[in-house]
Amino acid sequence: MATAYSSAKFVQPLSLNSTINGRSRDNSLFDPLKTGTSFLGSTRKLRVNSFHSNQGNVRRRLPVVAVSEVVKEKKVKSSSNLLITKQEGLELYEDMVLGRSFEDMCAQMYYRGKMFGFVHLYNGQEAVSTGFIKLSKKEDSVVSTYRDHVHALSKGVPARAVMSELFGKATGCCRGQGGSMHMFSKEHNLLGGFAFIGEGIPVATGAAFTSKYRREVLKEADCDHVTLAFFGDGTCNNGQFFECLNMAALWKLPIVFVVENNLWAIGMSHLRATSDPQIYKKGPAFGMPGVHVDGMDVLKVREVAKEAIERARRGEGPTLVECETYRFRGHSLADPDELRDPAEKARYAARDPVTALKKYLIESSLASEAELKAIEKKIDEVVEDAVEFADESAPPPRSQLLENVFADPKGFGIGPDGRYRCEDPKFTEGTAHV
Amino acid sequence: MWGIIRQKVAAGGGSPVARIRPVVSNLRNYSSAVKQMMVREALNSALDEEMSADPKVFLMGEEVGEYQGAYKISKGLLEKYGPERVLDTPITEAGFTGIGVGAAYYGLKPVVEFMTFNFSMQAIDHIINSAAKSNYMSSGQISVPIVFRGPNGAAAGVGAQHSHCYAAWYASVPGLKVLSPYSSEDARGLLKAAIRDPDPVVFLENELLYGESFPVSAEVLDSSFCLPIGKAKIEREGKDVTITAFSKIVGLSLKAAEILAKEGISAEVINLRSIRPLDRSTINASVRKTNRLVTVEEGFPQHGVGAEICASVIEESFSYLDAPVERIAGADVPMPYAANLERMAVPQVEDIVRAAKRACYRSVPMAAAA
Repeated sequence: MATAYSSAKFVQPLSLNSTINGRSRDNSLFDPLKTGTSFLGSTRKLRVNSFHSNQGNVRRRLPVVAVSEVVKEKKVKSSSNLLITKQEGLELYEDMVLGRSFEDMCAQMYYRGKMFGFVHLYNGQEAVSTGFIKLSKKEDSVVSTYRDHVHALSKGVPARAVMSELFGKATGCCRGQGGSMHMFSKEHNLLGGFAFIGEGIPVATGAAFTSKYRREVLKEADCDHVTLAFFGDGTCNNGQFFECLNMAALWKLPIVFVVENNLWAIGMSHLRATSDPQIYKKGPAFGMPGVHVDGMDVLKVREVAKEAIERARRGEGPTLVECETYRFRGHSLADPDELRDPAEKARYAARDPVTALKKYLIESSLASEAELKAIEKKIDEVVEDAVEFADESAPPPRSQLLENVFADPKGFGIGPDGRYRCEDPKFTEGTAHV
Repeated sequence: MWGIIRQKVAAGGGSPVARIRPVVSNLRNYSSAVKQMMVREALNSALDEEMSADPKVFLMGEEVGEYQGAYKISKGLLEKYGPERVLDTPITEAGFTGIGVGAAYYGLKPVVEFMTFNFSMQAIDHIINSAAKSNYMSSGQISVPIVFRGPNGAAAGVGAQHSHCYAAWYASVPGLKVLSPYSSEDARGLLKAAIRDPDPVVFLENELLYGESFPVSAEVLDSSFCLPIGKAKIEREGKDVTITAFSKIVGLSLKAAEILAKEGISAEVINLRSIRPLDRSTINASVRKTNRLVTVEEGFPQHGVGAEICASVIEESFSYLDAPVERIAGADVPMPYAANLERMAVPQVEDIVRAAKRACYRSVPMAAAA
């Protein structure tokens, strides 16, 4: 991808013993010595405590870095050296606006009874999905959580298919068998939304394992596919997170662990749940770089994503990226959201990632107001169309209830001759009355 | 994949001796007239053949590589296939099971070994939520061809946490296939079927059977040998009472049938082989012939495999029953450690004999019930 910004500026110092001699400022994105900046602006009084306890860490040589400051300096210093091209800027903007409008529409449709169950919206976190997924190739896979609609959209699943799935219609991307929390698309290498905390991480690690296996065992030399695993701050206290950081680093798997740290696990503040809230520092503990990035700024996210994804593609192993972000709505549409401080919400609302990108595009003359308006209008139409499509689509037929329990439809295995070893069309019929 | 197997068979030519050569060479010790094979060797050879037939098949788990398997099921495989395909994992059941499932999403065919199935409790989320449900949730887009295997059920003297039968647990879940071999023939045929199957299979072995030898035919030793999933085997024909069992208990049931034969009762012993799908038609056909049923299993009685078989027979063959169904299960307690208590907690041959006699309205001396 041709950008005005060379990724070669970022040197990868995975080795824990790497030296700093001769490193320029620009090299410091993944530099072990560049350490944390302002972190977790949310709960000031707790922050003081964690800072004290982290003094020792700051002095230690670790491949951890907080990228925000680096990129900010660059932006100021080199106005000629823009972070993105016009085309990229418009693509990012369109994807983020799509994510935002789609989710706003979901809220409306939920309250109108068109969708049901648990619906978790992504508002506020768009910079993370867009920043990472728009840099991935189609063959790269994405593993998401229960907050998965926007990851699906960024990965290219059509809005119609996602909306229909939410409406529980046969035209949905899983024909109505998955639902809000379980978006799958084999075509787009979206390996699912996983509704349990931590459950998606091993699956994502397995997908990354497959890329390596295909290259090394099946001798598919061109298989350089990368897996992006998205999960939240709450998940980083779950054992599967640690288990998989270990194995991914141990086997140098092509994966990026993307933490969407929105500071709240439902009603549990990250700072109240985590002994060391600086999640990115857990990367080096397992021998992989850890990066902290402002998750409200899609350009910064993209900068980090680019290096992390390329690192994985080069076969240099996993990276842990902590994106500090915020969700503008409750945990789910059923969450009264009473525990978060209104002042905190306002502070993050002022850093709305969609508005921020818009401002950047206009200020750096990458796009005109009219062009962005046109995108917004187009997306409005896309989302309206998705709703109409979903509304008009038929619900799944009765006969669908018992389909797809097994890949082998009769449930008895396929023999060497390609035929069923044992046919019993009534195999699944006994389980429900249709 | 099938092409590769066929080629291999074809390359062996018409001579059955040539075809079975790879296995025979593993079994030099048993090259006498009647071939015997240990269950351990049956599993090992099945893994070996499927790995050689399909490069997408790989084995992962704790101690499967350099240690050659905690129970030596994977002996020699590391040397043959290398560390990329015989993967020693850290002790992280949730992590490596999920990794296996993720690899299966992408078309690899992992065989995940649990050192014992008791440890699958730490990974049950991945077996059920990530593996069993994905094909359905994705509406057929993501199939999960994976095998979870390892020793299941009570071993000996290992206490409550290590003596647990998971047949009924996993068999209650749609999307899983649950197999439980008894003999070497079962072990070979079912494991090969499980690996080739496009769906997640829970494969419940038994530690105490690994070292047991069974006679095997040339057909069983052929690399194309495979058993149907969902089909039970009538291990011994009889006409007076049907005994259903799986895994180690099949052996006890056969012993019980011998004792019963001496007392004039002809017992039919069904080796279930597949817990899910359950071969309801074979069971019901047998009950319609014998009119009596004894179910035997090692697991807990409530909501067990026996309970499901009873329900099936009552639904489909109620009017054929001449006696109440007898259900033998493990005692409804966590497994005790003391040898005498442990023995009382799992079904024994005499329990089966007694229940069969009761079903046939033969008098049972009270002393035997103690």
